Amino acid sequence: MSNWDWQVFCRDTVTGDQVAGCFATGRDQTYLQWMLQAWGMTVTVSLSALLVALIVGSIIGVLRTLPDSPKLVAFGNAWVEFFRNIPLLVQIFIWNYVVPDVIPMTANLPPMVLIILGLGFFTSARVAEQLRSGIQALPRGQRYAGMALGLTTPQYYRFVLLPMAYRIIMPPLTSESMNIFKNSAVAFAVSIPELTQFYLQAGEETGKQIEIYLGVLAAYVLTAMIVNRVMVFIEGRLRVPGMVAAGGMGGH
Amino acid sequence: MKKTLLALALTAMTMGAAHAEDTLAKIKASGSISLGVRDSSALSYTLGNDKYVGFHTEMAERIIGDLSKAAGKKLDIKYTLVTSQNRIPLVQNGTVDLECGSTTNNAARQKDVDFAYTTYVEVVRIAVRANSGIKSIKDLAGRSVATTTGTTSVQTLRKNERASGIDFKEVYGKDHADSFLLLESGRADAFVMDGSILAKNIASSKNPADFKIVGEELSVEPIACMVRKDDPAFLKAVNDSILHQIKDGSLAKLYDKWFMQPIPPTNRSLNLPMSDATKAAWANPNNKPMEDYAKK
Repeated sequence: MSNWDWQVFCRDTVTGDQVAGCFATGRDQTYLQWMLQAWGMTVTVSLSALLVALIVGSIIGVLRTLPDSPKLVAFGNAWVEFFRNIPLLVQIFIWNYVVPDVIPMTANLPPMVLIILGLGFFTSARVAEQLRSGIQALPRGQRYAGMALGLTTPQYYRFVLLPMAYRIIMPPLTSESMNIFKNSAVAFAVSIPELTQFYLQAGEETGKQIEIYLGVLAAYVLTAMIVNRVMVFIEGRLRVPGMVAAGGMGGH
Repeated sequence: MKKTLLALALTAMTMGAAHAEDTLAKIKASGSISLGVRDSSALSYTLGNDKYVGFHTEMAERIIGDLSKAAGKKLDIKYTLVTSQNRIPLVQNGTVDLECGSTTNNAARQKDVDFAYTTYVEVVRIAVRANSGIKSIKDLAGRSVATTTGTTSVQTLRKNERASGIDFKEVYGKDHADSFLLLESGRADAFVMDGSILAKNIASSKNPADFKIVGEELSVEPIACMVRKDDPAFLKAVNDSILHQIKDGSLAKLYDKWFMQPIPPTNRSLNLPMSDATKAAWANPNNKPMEDYAKK
């Protein structure tokens, strides 16, 4: 058992022969190429879902803090509670099998789109909750100051509240962005050929479960670390000296 | 997933400490044997409540009956549910002594474990909706084809695709029920899988007449029980019991019971007569890997 066989990644996926240089050409493919392809799928699903989550999450988060619109607040609350209280895997199944049957408009959407929406909406509930906490962390006077200046509600959100709220919530948003990459593993359950699916299939075909597992693990770790670095970079660039919660410097 | 991870962790721990174990002495001393079973294969499946049945499960129970006689006391059977991902590590590390599910005997696996005599020969076929007009693999060009993640059929499909130059869209179900649902719901036009699994899913569907199994045999795979490597005495004991079951006709009766008669949980019959390949394997017991079948 202790003899590692890393050459397994250079095997052809059909014949099992070793391919020189690890990259086959034409219709042939090595396990490494397959893994890179699966990795691309994971990244595509996650990035698209992250985009959906940020946009929808921001809208819902803002709705939940509106001062004089109980109906919109109620809608925002309902959205968050609905998507937060159902397990992700169950949501993914609902999106893949129930939604196309119930809503005729979605019947011809590819599973990929449905999964991106499912994963995106699940995460949007969490982003919305973070944004709400960010807005509520601001002193109440900020909102009033905006109103006193004669700004409309969209204006004081755009120019007063949100620029500060987003800076406050950058650290939890970083975790959420990393989470969405890891959560994307559920997509294998609805036939998306991503990294987890690759692990299950390639491990079975080659009999080298542990090597394949470690390869996939490295891909996930690398992805999460890149996301983390990008988010930390953005956080640093956005930092305004003297503004609240600027990188844990105690307000300086 | 949890079980897979656990298996990996266990394997990692025992890594390097691989040792040839004397299974016969071990089961005699402990008075129990761990039997690896599956949850939704046609040859071994669960009825719920930790009850495991199926052609290979019952055959294994008879093998253990024979082992009990040899050990001089009744061995307690510990049923251990295994998956495609963890079955080989679990046999290697001693968690499972005998695995009789639906494991294909191939050359790659023979490096890690030993196989008993082949007791069932599986053929990979295509299931389609009866009204689809698909008759062979050539008709699948441009269509979407379902198969299950973690099975040899994925590779078989890929081989056929590359060899014939036909392009089809592959969709991977997470288990057989999921793949069948893809076919049933129309998201896939065909389901490529072991014949017995197709028969089982069709038999338990809402309307079995809506589906049929068509086309050529895409691959022939010997299915056998798996034991730890380098334990010839235990392997021989298992093989002797299989030989004895073939000779006295009890295995043929067992086949009839599980493939031709109504079976639980739906009380429908799989209606899968014994293939010539299975007959040949019984007439001439061997543990040749899948690769030897392809050469013919």
